[in-house]
Amino acid sequence: MTVTFQMDGKEITVEDGMTLLEAAREQGIDIPTICFHEATKANGLCRICVVEVEGWRLLQPACIVKAAAEMKVQTRSEKVVRARRTILEMLASTMDLSDAPEILTMMDEYGAGADRFPDAERRESEVKDDNPMYIRDYSKCLLCWRCVQVCAEDAQYTYAINFEGRGYETQIGTFFDKSIPETTCVLCGQCVGVCPTGALKPKRQFLLESGMKPEEISVLNTGRKRRKEKTNR
Amino acid sequence: MVAEIKLDPNRVIEDKVVTTTCSYCGVGCNLELHVKDDFIFKVTSPFESPVNKGNLCVKGRFGYDYIYHPKRVTTPLVRRYLLEGKPKPEGREQVFAISMDGKPIPNSQISNDWDWVATDWDTALDITVDNLVRIYQRDGSDAMAVYCCAKATNEDNYLLQKMWRALFRTNNVDHCTRLCHAGSVVALQKAVGSSAMSNTASQVIMNDVFIVTGSNTGENHPIIALQMKEAVQKYGAKMIVVDPRRIDLVDFAELWLPLKPGTNVPVFSAMGHVIVKEELVNWDFVKNRTQGFDEFLESLEKFTPEYAEEISGVPAEDIRKAARMYATAKNGAIYWGMGISQLSHGTASALALIHLAFLTGHIGRDGTGLNPLRGQNNVQGASDMGAMPFHYPGYMRVDNEDNARQWEAAWNIEAGGLSRKLGLTTTEILGHAHEGGVRALYIMGENPMMSEPNLNETRKHMTHLEFLVAQDLFINESGAFADVFLPAASFAEKDGTFTNTDRRVQRVRTALAPRGLARPDWKILCDLATRLEVRIGRGFTSKWDYEAPEEILSEMASVNKDYAGVTYERIEKVGLQYPVPDMDHPGTPTLFKEDFPSGRGKFHALDYVPVMEEADDEYPFILTTGRLLEHWHGGTMTRHSSLNEAYPEARVEMHPADAEMHGITNNMPVRVTSRRGEIVLRCTVTEKTTVGVVFIPWHFHEAAANLLTNDALDPEAKIPEFKACAVQVFPAMENELPNPDVEVRRGRY
Repeated sequence: MTVTFQMDGKEITVEDGMTLLEAAREQGIDIPTICFHEATKANGLCRICVVEVEGWRLLQPACIVKAAAEMKVQTRSEKVVRARRTILEMLASTMDLSDAPEILTMMDEYGAGADRFPDAERRESEVKDDNPMYIRDYSKCLLCWRCVQVCAEDAQYTYAINFEGRGYETQIGTFFDKSIPETTCVLCGQCVGVCPTGALKPKRQFLLESGMKPEEISVLNTGRKRRKEKTNR
Repeated sequence: MVAEIKLDPNRVIEDKVVTTTCSYCGVGCNLELHVKDDFIFKVTSPFESPVNKGNLCVKGRFGYDYIYHPKRVTTPLVRRYLLEGKPKPEGREQVFAISMDGKPIPNSQISNDWDWVATDWDTALDITVDNLVRIYQRDGSDAMAVYCCAKATNEDNYLLQKMWRALFRTNNVDHCTRLCHAGSVVALQKAVGSSAMSNTASQVIMNDVFIVTGSNTGENHPIIALQMKEAVQKYGAKMIVVDPRRIDLVDFAELWLPLKPGTNVPVFSAMGHVIVKEELVNWDFVKNRTQGFDEFLESLEKFTPEYAEEISGVPAEDIRKAARMYATAKNGAIYWGMGISQLSHGTASALALIHLAFLTGHIGRDGTGLNPLRGQNNVQGASDMGAMPFHYPGYMRVDNEDNARQWEAAWNIEAGGLSRKLGLTTTEILGHAHEGGVRALYIMGENPMMSEPNLNETRKHMTHLEFLVAQDLFINESGAFADVFLPAASFAEKDGTFTNTDRRVQRVRTALAPRGLARPDWKILCDLATRLEVRIGRGFTSKWDYEAPEEILSEMASVNKDYAGVTYERIEKVGLQYPVPDMDHPGTPTLFKEDFPSGRGKFHALDYVPVMEEADDEYPFILTTGRLLEHWHGGTMTRHSSLNEAYPEARVEMHPADAEMHGITNNMPVRVTSRRGEIVLRCTVTEKTTVGVVFIPWHFHEAAANLLTNDALDPEAKIPEFKACAVQVFPAMENELPNPDVEVRRGRY
């Protein structure tokens, strides 16, 4: 079964059940994504992939909406571009994007300004360094949900992390705010592997970036004394 | 003008990303090592990988830092007595004599003659050659033995067994497969004539019903466990777990049969009994593809589910349910681990499983199969490479004249030169370490002082060796007995191939220059063999001057037909699953589609044999050993890694009912004793284990589980009984713990 519809004025035919994003990629049409990842279920959280569908009142997330016959889709209409720019500007006003080169490139492309919402309250939190394998810097988190998904049904079935808090206070966290070793976490780092903004990072990369030399990092796990300090914390 | 956000200037940008294959378990995950200035700071995995789809476990993603550990030895070491040409001092003990930073130091506790002295490669290799040749010329082939390595590449293993067979003319060549799946290998060889996993791990999502037994897959093959969970949660498969421990897979299982350790034969035979009695047999399959059914049927008569319940403690009704589920499935499969093979009747255990597949015909199709989950990253490959005492590469028996002739031609040695005598197995090699027996042992990357059963006995044997060479990254518990230490390269510092559990041959690539003077194993072996050949002086020359590992693989593949179509070029991006009989062959994800290598599958009549040491009044618990997610085997790698921070101490698991009866509470130090040894460690009181069974992981040298285990062997496979021995557990004092200040606090335990 196939469906035929229009994308950016061009008639295209794709397999039934394909999302607009997949259809666009097949055609070589660029639709930006942030929260979308091939290995996880699409949620349409970040809305950067929105497109305009003729006759539909709202912009539609291309990662979820499936192609249907007769659809007329605009992937870069003025409305779409304005929405994407605004999304990027809102992200820039609340979180630390200094470790997300792809998003910064996108901001450039869409002419998004970092100071569009100067009064916005930034989400800031301390770096969580509570296990030997990875650190969590939620100042850099854009709540794409990928880490939660791979910790659950999209890969690991471990369910160690989830959303906590509501509305603006929402953050990724552990149940009862326990430290990572005290949760069901198996330290697989699937979450680190899908984090798009450097909020989750291997401990060694983090130490290297904070100025330690490889030789200094390599001796960290050799002394029992240090281990004792850690376990008693 | 819009304001811009600057990228953090401290971000580390990799110099290169090297794709390679993980060096831990048999899953064979594809890795991308991100390297900056020869330092691996991050590991990722390609999401399009057919093996692990971008997922990794804690070891694969974070457990590579042992490469940089300061205790890693990166210069050849010899004992001072060798360097000064003195006679060997008396009283060999475990002598480390090396400081934390890897530099040799004199140790007042030991005679100075035993000090390690750092030296150059020429000196170390010449001393090695002198001593090996001296012993060989004095005592002959039987005095020489070698442990190959299931962590090293196919090329390394092929070379090492070639060296021992071609130069020392002995088949005393083995590796840790003997301690791992030997029971399964022998059973599969007897029943179907092939000994690898019949299907592909990723086919688990095609199973309707699958049995997981004797395998804590979630911790030991974490990525296969993800696929099993996915099969259950997303594809509607039903999982049956048969295991004495309530492993994490049980949360996803339809049925859990908690059997007593070592009662596999009655449980699985009873399932066979039910399949026959309830007329669920696939007669087409039995008639057309198997033999020996009638005799087998007779032996099955006594294995009623009630009989099995009496022995194993598994309710008869659950055995019936499991049998019906498996037999009536469209696609049924069996996955198993050490719990089947590491028994004094490991071969019989595995045969009992094989019979289930024969009775139901759940083999030879996609999504079915007999699937022993191989432990090490390259245990399949090392076995394929002939690192075994009975087989040349390609499972060609050494006592077969044709086979020997083929390898004599391939290695350019005189007709009749190779030994036709079966060699000694891993445990037998050390058992024969005495005057008139094995005098010289070469260990590449293994650690028998952790991995053998009954370590007190092993220790004695180690001291009886005349000359021991260790080729490794660290001086481990076994290397501490060595006379010469040759520093090898880690998996990230060499090229080669690993063959994973589902027979996929994959590339290993150099990401870093070897640390210090360390060298890739294959280069060390070529150098050593060249010198040995000159010294032995037979007048024949085998090839030892390989330019690259690829040349070694193609020499092997010229005789071993399974690998005939495997070249580095073909596996550049995606590995090939052998058999690959020619250059155009796409590989074989599913074996036995038409027939078995031995023609018809063979049933074997079985009887129930209890474990060698059953619980009694004096030793009322059955100890079963196993592994942890965070650690790897003898711990040479993981105990020198940040993984050790995640799980720094040995713990014994005990059921709450037993703990209460013995006055033991959670976290309490306890002394565990068996007829062979004792250890002190903390106790975890948990329902993860069953009543009467205690569990200890064997990674920790300070409380080595193998001090307790029984060295009884399976008569055919020669695999020791790691999975069951009788122990007693008493409360102990905090100050008796080897490391009282170290304690694991982990939520998932």
